[in-house]
Amino acid sequence: MTENQDPIIRLTDVSKFFGEFQALKSVNMEVQLGERVVVCGPSGSGKSTMIRCINRLEEHDAGRIVVDGKELTEDMGNILAVRREVGMVFQQFNLFPHLTVLRNLTLAPMRARKLSLKEAEEVAMQYLERVQIPDQANKYPSQLSGGQQQRVAIARSLCMKPRIMLFDEPTSALDPEMIKEVLDVMIELAREGMTMIVVTHEMGFAKTVADTMVFMDHGEIVESAPPSDFFTAPESERTQLFLSQILSH
Amino acid sequence: MNRTQVRRWWRLSQQSPWIATLQFLIFMALVMWVVLRGAAEMGYQWQWYNIPEYLWKEYKGELYPGQLTKGLMVTLEMTFWCTIFTLLVGLITALLRMSNSWSGSLLATIYLEVVRNTPLLVQLYLFYFVLSPIFGVDRFWTGVICLTFYEASFVAEIIRSGIVSVDRGQWEAGDAVGLSRRDAYRFIVLPQAVPLMLPPLTGQIINLIKHSAIVSVIAVADLTTEGRNIIADTFMSFEIWFTVAGIYLVITLTLSVFVTWLERRVRVRT
Ligand SMILES: Nc1ncnc2c1ncn2[C@@H]1O[C@H](COP(=O)(O)OP(=O)(O)OP(=O)(O)O)[C@@H](O)[C@H]1O
Ligand SMILES: [Mg+2]
Repeated sequence: MTENQDPIIRLTDVSKFFGEFQALKSVNMEVQLGERVVVCGPSGSGKSTMIRCINRLEEHDAGRIVVDGKELTEDMGNILAVRREVGMVFQQFNLFPHLTVLRNLTLAPMRARKLSLKEAEEVAMQYLERVQIPDQANKYPSQLSGGQQQRVAIARSLCMKPRIMLFDEPTSALDPEMIKEVLDVMIELAREGMTMIVVTHEMGFAKTVADTMVFMDHGEIVESAPPSDFFTAPESERTQLFLSQILSH
Repeated sequence: MNRTQVRRWWRLSQQSPWIATLQFLIFMALVMWVVLRGAAEMGYQWQWYNIPEYLWKEYKGELYPGQLTKGLMVTLEMTFWCTIFTLLVGLITALLRMSNSWSGSLLATIYLEVVRNTPLLVQLYLFYFVLSPIFGVDRFWTGVICLTFYEASFVAEIIRSGIVSVDRGQWEAGDAVGLSRRDAYRFIVLPQAVPLMLPPLTGQIINLIKHSAIVSVIAVADLTTEGRNIIADTFMSFEIWFTVAGIYLVITLTLSVFVTWLERRVRVRT
């Protein structure tokens, strides 16, 4: 990865308001192709809001967001194009409860990528194998454990062959014994070179995969550094305080 | 019987279907007795034996529908068309109301407010005396159109609340995998919302059947109108109104049983 390459994601002075409340304050960030960014920060600091702006689940009010050369504006065509490039995994999984696991995975490829049923099912099975639950293909989401559901959700995103994956606290809703199986899938994905932005408080995972650590507070990016510097010599006091709190747990 | 015994009886009657049925029969017998007494005091001549010919007629060994049955067919035909159009108009209204386009949601809101806040009878007169002469619509379709717009205002609300009750995360997941709004509705949101809507929608069809009686004021030959016509000829008002009410009851009760069954099924599945 060369440094002078165009970033695949670029946020320039992005601001976001919810009514009077400013959730993002002039955020700047660049992510290179293949880079793994882990975002942390206290509750309400704007982590979710920031990554949700990247696939336009939230509309930013000021600044520019460019993803893979396409700027996010009102243009619905651009938005859909970006969403096809960007997968997202939610804290609450958000699987489609009325569809089987297999249908959860084939729906978007068939509708948005125009694959045939057969092609879509092949892709789906391939990714279910990657997340190690091919035998659950014909079950409904409610019949699976939380960890399995989240792995299905990851596979569902991957079926669209995204170039970027966003994770919003993917393990926060899981029982402790299921966290590892999900993190393992994500580590595997990172190893294969996927560009990822992960909001998480799993600092062990962060140390393993992150190229860049980002710390947010009050809608701002307070610090952005490689993990070696971030964990050992954080510059800002707020980062130090946050890390001391989270690592002492 | 002392008080505890009475209470035991009362509790038993709440639980046992037999005692409940017995209570109901006693109650109905009382009502009947009051009606019969009243009729006898008026000197009313009961002619129940004349009723069957208004339900069906036999001619050369074949059965033909009587006047009331023909009226019932008209009522059912109206209900059929109204149901279809009501679902369409209701769905469109609900989608307009929820859309981002302010003109669309304004249009839907105006329609809902106007229809809900004027009497159905006045709406029917408006359609019959103003719109149908202008557009040359006959009585039957005037009735259908008027009822459709009235019922659709309720159906729109049922559909809207069904759609709104689908978790926001479902929309977001659809957006995130790049589905269009239309596909999100079609494959994700509606399949989850429709089972929730079915029981109240069926309830609305029951209302539609009952409300449809109002078209007798513009002389559409529905069940109620035929009942009135027969009475004008024969003066059998008690028998005919009892029969007409009975026919409505049979149909609406059948649908009610269906609703209860649907509700139970939906509850089991969710
Ligand atoms: N839809 C919304 N309407 C109003 N305020 C919102 C909305 N979404 C988020 N906010 C506010 O914006 C701020 C940032 O929220 P955000 O969800 O981005 O925080 P977060 O860093 O992800 O926190 P958490 O760790 O709790 O998930 C919070 O104060 C939140 O209350
Ligand atoms: Mg969050």
